[in-house]
Amino acid sequence: MTAMFEDYAARGPAYDEMFDADSLRAPYERLRNSLHHLTIPELAGRVEALQASYLDQGVTFDIGGEERAFPLDILPRMIEMETWSRIERGVQQRVRTLEAFLADVYDAGNAFDDGVIPRGVVATSSHYHRQAAGVRPPNGVRVNVSGIDLIRDNTGEFRVLEDNVRVPSGVSYVITNRRAISAALPEPFAEHRIRSVAGYPQRLLAALRAAAPAGVADPTVVVLTPGVYNGAYFEHALLARTMGVELVEGRDLQCRRGRVMMRTTKGLEPVHVIYRRVDDEFLDPVHFRADSMLGCPGLIDASRAGNVTIANAVGNGVADDKLVYTYLPDLIRYYLNEEPILRNVDTWRIGDADAREEVLDRLDELVLKPVDGSGGKGIVIGPRASKAELDELRVKVLEDPRAWIAQPVVQLSTVPTFVDGKFGPRHVDLRPFAVNDGSRVWVLPGGLTRVALAEGELIVNSSRGGGSKDTWVLAGSGPAPQRPPEHPAPVEHATPVAPQSVGPALSDQTDHQVEQQQQQQQQGRSEDAPC
Amino acid sequence: MLSRIAESMFWIGRYVERAEDTARILDVQTQLLVEEGGLDEEDTCRTLLSIMGVEEVEETRVDISRVLSELAYDPDSPVSITAALGAARESARRARETLSVPMWEVINTTYRAIPSGQFANMRPPGVFQWVRERAALVNGTADATMTRDEGWQFLMLGRCIERADMTSRLVATASIATAIGSPWTSTLRACGGYEAFLRTYRGIESERGAVEFLLLDRLFPRSVVFSLNRAEQCVDNLESGGQRAGFQSEAQRLLGRMRAELEYRSLSDVMADLPNEMERLQRTCALATEAVTRRYFAGAEPLTWQGVLA
Repeated sequence: MTAMFEDYAARGPAYDEMFDADSLRAPYERLRNSLHHLTIPELAGRVEALQASYLDQGVTFDIGGEERAFPLDILPRMIEMETWSRIERGVQQRVRTLEAFLADVYDAGNAFDDGVIPRGVVATSSHYHRQAAGVRPPNGVRVNVSGIDLIRDNTGEFRVLEDNVRVPSGVSYVITNRRAISAALPEPFAEHRIRSVAGYPQRLLAALRAAAPAGVADPTVVVLTPGVYNGAYFEHALLARTMGVELVEGRDLQCRRGRVMMRTTKGLEPVHVIYRRVDDEFLDPVHFRADSMLGCPGLIDASRAGNVTIANAVGNGVADDKLVYTYLPDLIRYYLNEEPILRNVDTWRIGDADAREEVLDRLDELVLKPVDGSGGKGIVIGPRASKAELDELRVKVLEDPRAWIAQPVVQLSTVPTFVDGKFGPRHVDLRPFAVNDGSRVWVLPGGLTRVALAEGELIVNSSRGGGSKDTWVLAGSGPAPQRPPEHPAPVEHATPVAPQSVGPALSDQTDHQVEQQQQQQQQGRSEDAPC
Repeated sequence: MLSRIAESMFWIGRYVERAEDTARILDVQTQLLVEEGGLDEEDTCRTLLSIMGVEEVEETRVDISRVLSELAYDPDSPVSITAALGAARESARRARETLSVPMWEVINTTYRAIPSGQFANMRPPGVFQWVRERAALVNGTADATMTRDEGWQFLMLGRCIERADMTSRLVATASIATAIGSPWTSTLRACGGYEAFLRTYRGIESERGAVEFLLLDRLFPRSVVFSLNRAEQCVDNLESGGQRAGFQSEAQRLLGRMRAELEYRSLSDVMADLPNEMERLQRTCALATEAVTRRYFAGAEPLTWQGVLA
């Protein structure tokens, strides 16, 4: 074993993705070999350069107003081709189900009538918006972009932890991480066949254009951001830039007669598709929060009138409600007539009387999650909580059982992570991103691996001090295709080349005689000069 | 182009130029204080601050370190180089999707010197050279990577208006120092135009020549007339149609009138009351900025919706 991983100790029960006890797992063999010649100080130097480049590029996020480089671990995480293809199919199946479910919820509600999921589950969801009822998106897509959070359980099986179909973020880091790691670790990068993540913005743009209102041949797409103070502003700017579209704030938009326009230096110009990164509640003060300064009054009406497409659709939150999550396996069977490819994490619905009793008995060994939370907010991990916290939780749960679900403490898998000058096991999850253009659900081969930087920590969100890893989806087991060694091209095949103009300063025709004379001139003078 | 983005571009141009020109002015003044023994430090510093737009300073003692903090290092002083670089970067952050990546990175790395403490550790005159070099890097990157679209016009417009304004301040600061010594050599040096000046005037240095060169020279890129000319051109490019008579844009009228006045008046007339003439020029630049804002950037304020409470 190389010195680099000498002290590495992954002591279960979590599944370590690199080491099985002391032996190396297959996907990481080539990686370790290609790092073989690196010493720890060399590696630390590269880590430093990595962070500096992130600060210079402005790949940062704000914590309490302070700007920090987005933490990126230097060791990439490997996912083999076969494993990935299962994830890909599982995510596609999931997204197709969520689409079908949303279409059903905001329309006929067949799933309720057929008893697959109680109507009450949806009607009580805080993200169910009547404003979205009866709105049919132009190409039928509500979940244009989604991020399905996966974890790897103790046996190494990928399972779904939660679905994000409102405004999933993090994809920009997938793109920048790849660039940064390829610069920091060129040797292993060259020795692997890694599937590219650079195509994401084009896929997204194509999907957004496909979602344009009917009859618009060349739609204007914009990205709607809450503004520079938003934690994900970097991502909004990156997506707008790489898609070549405008990044607008709510105040740049104006609705007139059911159409959305943006203010430009040449007057108002029409907007057809809005990739919004603003929450539902802030989109339109007419229908939602009247005090919102991030949206634009009239947006919802314009979209109901079919003049503008809002992506992702309004009201999607009902599908990534964690209580609805518990019904997802049934919904997959109901809508697609398929068995789930990726299993859920075991979950208790506290609304059910039996389950509630069991959960309340075992509160100190379970994880309790609010159903509408994101970013790790409000999660209580039983074994880590104090008695007082548990008592408080018990009261809250009894007050509003609908608002909570319970899960066993799942040990997230671990991957070696470079912290404080050495590699140690840290817990990771994986968020693959899917783009639905109406004809196909495309899954970005890579996804965001988030890593909890504190030892033993299970919450990976960056708002809680989490970092990230570049995720390499291998395109096969072989090394990167080698270019055939270059032979000097035979002269007769050489492409005609016009020589560069040399210019007087570069030409060999410098008049040596003149040069010599000039030199002699000065020397001569000093010699000739009388003392 | 979005009005909000256009406004950011305009101000990137202004802030970068402001940082650079402030550094140039400070460079001259700090050097003068060292070289010219007869200068009263207190007086010079007070006038310098007032010319740079600092409100009446109450403190009893104003020395060069106070000036340096006010105009270079203090992030809370709105006229400091630190503030200008920070503001340039904030504007760039708001227009980030429109800027080319190299352009953003050069502005961002320049700014990074401030929170990292690197900037505060640099001392005069090295710090001034650093600012000049960074500004040259920003301008050069813009020149090499930006398409000549509206964004470019706004960037240039901002830069030119700011340059006209700051050159007039540079002239004003020099003219107050003439009582004691000859500040024009170092002023011309600070503009990087000393050699060009000498060649143009065949080696004869005079106050009149220096003022003429800095205000009226049509070929020297930092002169007031050159900058106003470029600014007019930018506004002209932004206005779409060729008009048969007059100018539609208020900004263009203001800039053109100011330039014509400088050019068509006799130099002696302008030099008779240089500080006041320069102040008038600065006011015109401010009015032109307002006119540009009204015409192109208007309506970008956030709305508050007076609706039924949700």
